[in-house]
Amino acid sequence: MHVAMDKLFGGREGLVGLAILAAVIFIVMPLTFDIFRLNLVGKYLTYAFVAIGLVLCWGYGGILSLGQGIFFGLGGYCMAMFLKLEASDPESTKIQSTPGIPDFMDWNQLTALPWFWEPFHSLSFSLLAVLAVPCLFAFIISVAMFKRRVGGVYFAIITQAIALILTILIVGQQGYIGGINGITDLRTLKGWDIRTDEAKYVLYFLNGALLIGAILVGRLIITSKLGRLLLAMRDREDRVRFSGYDVSSFKIFVFCVGAMMSAIGGAMFTLQVGFMSPSFIGIVPSIEMVIFTAVGGRMSLIGAVYGALIVNFAKTYFSESFPALWLFLMGGLFIAVVMLFPNGLAGIYSSHIKPKFAAWRARRGAGGGPPLPEVAPPPEPAAPKPAERPAAAAVPRSLAAGIQSEPSR
Amino acid sequence: MSSNTDFVLSIEDLTVSFDGFKAVDSLNLYVDKNEIRVVIGPNGAGKTTVLDLICGKTRATSGSIRFKGLELTRMSEHQIVRSGVGRKFQNPSIYENLTVFENLEVSYPKGRTVFGALAFKRTAEVIAKVEEIAREIMLEEFLGTEAGLLSHGQKQWLEIGMLLIQDPELLMLDEPVAGMSARERELTGQLLKRICNNRSVLVIEHDMEFVKNIAHKVTVLHQGKILKEGLMEVVQSDPKVIEVYLGH
Repeated sequence: MHVAMDKLFGGREGLVGLAILAAVIFIVMPLTFDIFRLNLVGKYLTYAFVAIGLVLCWGYGGILSLGQGIFFGLGGYCMAMFLKLEASDPESTKIQSTPGIPDFMDWNQLTALPWFWEPFHSLSFSLLAVLAVPCLFAFIISVAMFKRRVGGVYFAIITQAIALILTILIVGQQGYIGGINGITDLRTLKGWDIRTDEAKYVLYFLNGALLIGAILVGRLIITSKLGRLLLAMRDREDRVRFSGYDVSSFKIFVFCVGAMMSAIGGAMFTLQVGFMSPSFIGIVPSIEMVIFTAVGGRMSLIGAVYGALIVNFAKTYFSESFPALWLFLMGGLFIAVVMLFPNGLAGIYSSHIKPKFAAWRARRGAGGGPPLPEVAPPPEPAAPKPAERPAAAAVPRSLAAGIQSEPSR
Repeated sequence: MSSNTDFVLSIEDLTVSFDGFKAVDSLNLYVDKNEIRVVIGPNGAGKTTVLDLICGKTRATSGSIRFKGLELTRMSEHQIVRSGVGRKFQNPSIYENLTVFENLEVSYPKGRTVFGALAFKRTAEVIAKVEEIAREIMLEEFLGTEAGLLSHGQKQWLEIGMLLIQDPELLMLDEPVAGMSARERELTGQLLKRICNNRSVLVIEHDMEFVKNIAHKVTVLHQGKILKEGLMEVVQSDPKVIEVYLGH
């Protein structure tokens, strides 16, 4: 395979992992669930965007953000503002005292559309804003923090505070952005009703395709030199700085990428769920998003998707059956993962299941034809499941793109 | 000042005070082209602080550090590195989770911006350079080894290699042979002599045998000031130096 493609898909193993995930999303789920449940899966998968962003920021960049809900929310709100304007045409709001503005504005005695709503009449502006607004916001936060070398737990606390502040701000501005209720009663996208079953199917598949796209973008980043630099920075920030790199610019970049991925998730959430509210922005959802990533494996893009799916399935199941217990279970799950499986499901896979699978394949291969001469050292780190425990560290991390000319004969 | 331009590095009236304690006190230090200069002195003399000041890790309270006519005290760390100053830390500071190859590659002075790093390709040129440096630092057999698995001495060499790949004009090494075996010290000495072609090397070291072996000139620091400067033999026989440092 072409080297660049090889990097992108993470070699054979990465390709298989991606294919399995795609099969789960595009075939297994739609065949297993009715549209109500599939719509829920679609909702879970919007969180997977955030989890992928966190793999980049937290797993690779070492930047723990407890405020990814901010960007999820901003993306979701940008989408919701467009949909709300479309749902508030003068015809369907003629019973309001000011027809043509969103209902919650009317309830709060606003008589004209606020200026910052105006551009959201345009779909292309709104789609741009879904990416640009969170990216800009993330840029401002991260420049302010990383240029001053604020990092680690301080950064986590600050992002959490910002998430809280943003929630309070939105809740307080009921007339302008819908307050605690959020922006509800969204109906159509350019005349296309998003509430029908058919639309839900389309949106589900669109969501899945975007998610695969996000994984590929993530792969491109972590297999590039930038990915290695992020790992290097996590280890030895000073060494990177004194090798001539402006460390803060790399952190800013990866934080903005994480924010934009979260925002895409937020926008897809709005489209599939049909509303957006501050309850998806605050501290608790932001921490939940970190848990998805931790459970899936913070070094694995694909693992993060499974993490988001599994935790959310569990959440739905338990909160339907034992509503009072769910939060305790979730807390316990997080503690257990951090203490026992620091690399999450992906870590369990690469340290327990993969070796057994390889042994099984080797046994089978020994009987049959000649064992496949493996393509160079299998580009392992491209499929980001580095087994981090010392025992597994003996497996040499092969070079990302596999240097053919390496003097290892 | 035109007189400065003859030196690669000229430090003048450099002072840094931490809450009133002057770790470096009106220091003047000049390093020539192709010179190996060793800085010695008792603990707390300010040796490491001087390196920190040069590479921008610590900011000077007053004074100037000129490198090839550039005023380093006003530049950020990565600009200082890009202008040609390389710094090795006291403890081997390498990326343990990356292979030797990747360690060197990450230090290769191309693709240093965000988008440069995204677009960076492992070209034949990069591979050749990495292999060349690996040979220089005696690690050509270990290119595929995870750096964390190297011996202490090899880690020190790797870090030196990570600097060499950037081809700095001023190389600063903080205790490069600390914790090395006798054989490794000897090899390191040879390495330093090889690499001081076309560059100046500033070394902090405690091992007197090693210092004697490599130094062109020795500067003795004491309480942030220069106690004595000159050839090793001269410095070694100076009564003040013997009293504060060598006599111990």
